[in-house]
Amino acid sequence: MAAVPMEHGLLLAAILFALGLIGVLVRRNVILVLLSIEIMLNSSGLAFIVAGSRWVQPDGQIMFIFILTMAAAEVSVGLALVLRFYHHFKTLDTDRANTMRG
Amino acid sequence: MNSLFYVPAAVAVISTILVITSLNTVNALLYAIISLLSIALIFFGLGAPFIAALEVIIYAGAIMVLFVFVIMMLNVGPQAIAEERQWLKIKVWRGPVLLALILMGELAYVISGPSRGACGLTINGPKQVGMVLYGPYVLGVELASLVLLAGAIGAYHLGRRDQPGESDRGQS
Amino acid sequence: MQEFLWLIPTLPFAGFLTLALIGARLSRLSVMLIGVGSVALSAFVSVLVGVSFIAAPPHGYAYRETLWTWLQVSNFRPEIAFYLDALSLVMVLVVTFVGFLIHLYSTEFMSGEEGYSRFFAYMNLFMGSMLTLVLADNLLLLYLGWEGVGLCSYLLIGFWYREPANGSAAMKAFIITRIGDTAMAIGLIVLFNNLGTMQIQEVMLRASQQWPVGSSLAMVAAALLLGGAVGKSAQLPLQTWLPDAMAGPTPVSALIHAATMVTAGVYLIARTHVLFTLAPLVQSAVAVIGAVTLLLAAFSALTQRDIKRVLAYSTISQIGYMFLALGVGAWSAAIFHFMVHAFFKALLFLGAGAVILSLHDEHDMFNMGGLRSRLPLTFWTFLIGSASLSALPLVTAGYYSKDLILWQAWASRTGSPLLWAAGLAGALLTSLYTFRMVFLTFFGEAKTMDAQRHGNRMSVPLVILAFLSIAGGFVELPVSPGNQWVFTEFMGTALPAAAIIPTEAATQHALQLIASVTSLAGIFLAYIFFHRNSGSTKLPVRSPVGYAVHCFLSSGWGFDRMYDKLIVQPYVYLARLNKADVTDLIYRGIALLSKIIHQGLSIMQNGRLRWYALTIGIGAVAVLGLVVLL
Repeated sequence: MAAVPMEHGLLLAAILFALGLIGVLVRRNVILVLLSIEIMLNSSGLAFIVAGSRWVQPDGQIMFIFILTMAAAEVSVGLALVLRFYHHFKTLDTDRANTMRG
Repeated sequence: MNSLFYVPAAVAVISTILVITSLNTVNALLYAIISLLSIALIFFGLGAPFIAALEVIIYAGAIMVLFVFVIMMLNVGPQAIAEERQWLKIKVWRGPVLLALILMGELAYVISGPSRGACGLTINGPKQVGMVLYGPYVLGVELASLVLLAGAIGAYHLGRRDQPGESDRGQS
Repeated sequence: MQEFLWLIPTLPFAGFLTLALIGARLSRLSVMLIGVGSVALSAFVSVLVGVSFIAAPPHGYAYRETLWTWLQVSNFRPEIAFYLDALSLVMVLVVTFVGFLIHLYSTEFMSGEEGYSRFFAYMNLFMGSMLTLVLADNLLLLYLGWEGVGLCSYLLIGFWYREPANGSAAMKAFIITRIGDTAMAIGLIVLFNNLGTMQIQEVMLRASQQWPVGSSLAMVAAALLLGGAVGKSAQLPLQTWLPDAMAGPTPVSALIHAATMVTAGVYLIARTHVLFTLAPLVQSAVAVIGAVTLLLAAFSALTQRDIKRVLAYSTISQIGYMFLALGVGAWSAAIFHFMVHAFFKALLFLGAGAVILSLHDEHDMFNMGGLRSRLPLTFWTFLIGSASLSALPLVTAGYYSKDLILWQAWASRTGSPLLWAAGLAGALLTSLYTFRMVFLTFFGEAKTMDAQRHGNRMSVPLVILAFLSIAGGFVELPVSPGNQWVFTEFMGTALPAAAIIPTEAATQHALQLIASVTSLAGIFLAYIFFHRNSGSTKLPVRSPVGYAVHCFLSSGWGFDRMYDKLIVQPYVYLARLNKADVTDLIYRGIALLSKIIHQGLSIMQNGRLRWYALTIGIGAVAVLGLVVLL
């Protein structure tokens, strides 16, 4: 197994994180927003794994397990909220939910 | 040249780009699954087989499938594609792409410098992970279980169909 | 007895406090008793003190009573102290006695008005302040009394406050006298700064020691004090407030604007006479101001329709006589004229008030007439007062005082024939306008049918004052006839005698004769113009030139309009111009800035999820950038 320089791994994580950020800011469909958030979470987990692998410790993987758990809980609650959102607004457009404007 | 890292890395980046630019929601989900699978491969190459398995089973297998179920339940219809095409004009992309590039620049600046080391030299299998997880991090395990409990209850409550005489009263 | 000196100002103050605090809850009778009683007691005490002073004069003919130290800041130590000498005794006696009579009169005059207790409270406050002014031992206490009488003048002119015109008249009086007060305050500061004390006798002493005659410091101090006197006594150029002050009730006009307050300026100059002797230029200015004012006011009085305005201009004119006397160094003559003037002017005002009340608030003389038979007592007392004002020879007190002033103006070392001529012309005009007033009001055919009589409380003061207008002069008779110099000798203990160039008796007789003939001539002219051919004065007024002259004179020689054009309007224009100045810009700018920020921030709250996420992202990137760069 050849080694990978740590910078490359972190760079990959950074690229994926930036792409996820673009997705959050650009897409209007609320499901796709959630999906982009998932991509961002995943990329931060990748960064942890890379670090853990660099220092030859399982702690990075444990951090990833926690992130994974939290992502799962968040997605379930988030999708339930999406259901209520659709039920109320009859559309998945986030821009329609602007009644709290000042 | 560790092809177990760079090829899945390229696949992951390309499929993520396709996720955020695709018009059809289901297509985006499928691209996301591909991205996650390639990341799992990367994990495997970095010496974390347990996490690679978890990524496939839980992330790609449960969370994405949950997304698919919700899309199926919502049953949006074909007019969604036309809507998305209308929403995704070029001028919408300018600001976020600029922001992301700045962020990338900052991160690259932080990461760059003299070499920090190599990873993927040894394998930390399930046994090592388990020993550390239920050793010093056992409190975290308990807290994670609490989070999952809260998520389950919240999802159940929010997903409940309105009982008669309870609709939109206080937005419950 | 003299140790009761402090009671004289204190009793009216006590009356004021009582009436101010609980007056609204007392009955009319109690208010009357307290209001008049405090002044009556004060008059009684002043008589006792006066008798004791004359019978057993203290050392140096001056009695000083210190109550307590007002304040003490290094070497500045004014005290609440009263000083009694011949000058202040005369002033106190006149003020309390005439004040008492006017208070008695006003119990009936004001009986139909609301605010009865308020009126007497203000009147008592005035009496207390005036007595403080007159008895003050140091300039600061005098200034306190000075300000107090100014305040009461304002309060009482605007007594019927529901009429906005009364409020404006009160403000006009206050503001114009304020100009004088400011000059006086600066003068006090100059005096204290250079002489180191406020006590009047000390000031006089040190000034005469340290300042040579004609020194610039003396002139500055004297000129500033003159400014204050001119304001309070309504002389040129600050005389415009007195005719408008007639908007107050008639007893107020009688007490404040005839007998007492307006003579405060005369008192001030007499008190600080040493300063004026040290500044001969300023003293001459006093005489010139007096002469010009008396002529100006006399001309204006000739054209007035309102009976009270005639008397107001007459007051200005008579105080001009007092200033003339002060200016030529005839100190005691000025005080003598003050005393006599207080008697007959108060009498005239009270009589006018009786006429006005009887005719149900009719002020215009051309609407009166024929009241001789309807109001006999008022007519006879008014006639005596007018005779005294016109200096009817030999019988009236006014003759003796005015004659003394004219004689001193001619014969004094600092007098001149010009001043005498001005005084003489003034005397002619005085008798002319006075008897014009008498003929228009009491003679001729009656224009209004209604005329109710008034009661004892108004009649008794009229009678007493009429008696004093005649008899008050007999204490000072010139060499022939009579040769009684009681008053001057008494005053000589406090004020220096006038320096007279010796003239022969023949000249003096001739001057007396001319003065007598002048006043009689004035009465005769008034008889012809206003009684015999009562329409003869209408013709010159009808012609355009005559009408213009008439308007000019009746508006007080256009001073109000001049002040308005020269001072008031430019100032108001500048104030309007400066309405949005730099300071305003700062405050409005702050408000504008916060409004802009508000509008900017409001745009950021558009309720859109992606926008909020974007701002979070921008913030995070910015912070990260800071961390990376620093």
